[in-house]
Amino acid sequence: MSIINNINKAFDHRIRLGIMSILMVNDYADFKMLKELLGATDGNLASHTKALEKEEYILVEKQFIGRKPNTRYSATKLGKLQFKKHIDALEKLIGK
Amino acid sequence: MDSNKYLDDISEIKNMMSRSSRFISLSGISGVLAGFYALVGAGLAYIRLKEFSSANYEGLSGRSSGLWGNDIIKDLAIIAISVIVLAVVTGIMLTVKKAKKSGEKMWDVSSRRLVLNFLLPLLTGGAFCLVLIQYGVAGLVAPATLVFYGLACINASKYTMRDIRYMGLAFIIIGLISTQFIGYGLYFWALGFGVCHIVYGALMHFKYDRK
Repeated sequence: MSIINNINKAFDHRIRLGIMSILMVNDYADFKMLKELLGATDGNLASHTKALEKEEYILVEKQFIGRKPNTRYSATKLGKLQFKKHIDALEKLIGK
Repeated sequence: MDSNKYLDDISEIKNMMSRSSRFISLSGISGVLAGFYALVGAGLAYIRLKEFSSANYEGLSGRSSGLWGNDIIKDLAIIAISVIVLAVVTGIMLTVKKAKKSGEKMWDVSSRRLVLNFLLPLLTGGAFCLVLIQYGVAGLVAPATLVFYGLACINASKYTMRDIRYMGLAFIIIGLISTQFIGYGLYFWALGFGVCHIVYGALMHFKYDRK
């Protein structure tokens, strides 16, 4: 039972899984980089980042580079911890 | 029950982690070819130097009249630049081909980061070598190019296959040894840029490309 409990519903989607994976190994990523890597549309990606932000798993920083608005994402400590738990749970489930 | 979905999830996680942080489409064969060009270049340079020293048998009288005034320097520079251009063009072509095949984008965040982190130590080394020539310590140019190239590889290894790191280490060791054999730069160059590239290119080819 406890393994199933560690499967985190917030990560239960390919795009969210991708976002977290990218932010685990990169200090930060901007919107364009996530879009390129995940092959998602703007609206789709925005809704998933919003969901992760609401859980406080990722940090969103809006800033300007020159005159262009730029949104930067990074994983929070909580997000990294939860994602690690999620991966461990997945691995255990496969191992069974 | 949903075991397949979990397996897909894990492979997606792995895929995203490596794709977002590393550029893995570097072609091994291009390394082998770069090494081959370097050996041919070194051979040509050796022949040219032989000719030059037999023509000026009384000694290198030309040296005092300024390093760049000599034909020999011009010839050697042409050989060196041709080798570099050939190696870079072949490398880019084969890498584009490999990236296309694996569906990886050629010019994305990871390749940009790789190029930037490779060029930073390399250009520093280039500038440093010009300074060495400026002060008339041209004998240290060969060791310096080897050492800085090695540092560039080590720095770049964080953004591509890890194996490049060991090639970088090999270059640094060869470069440091060559500081004790000034005047034999050409042989160390051939060993580093020629033999090392061929060995590592072949290793990478068999490890990653042959599928």
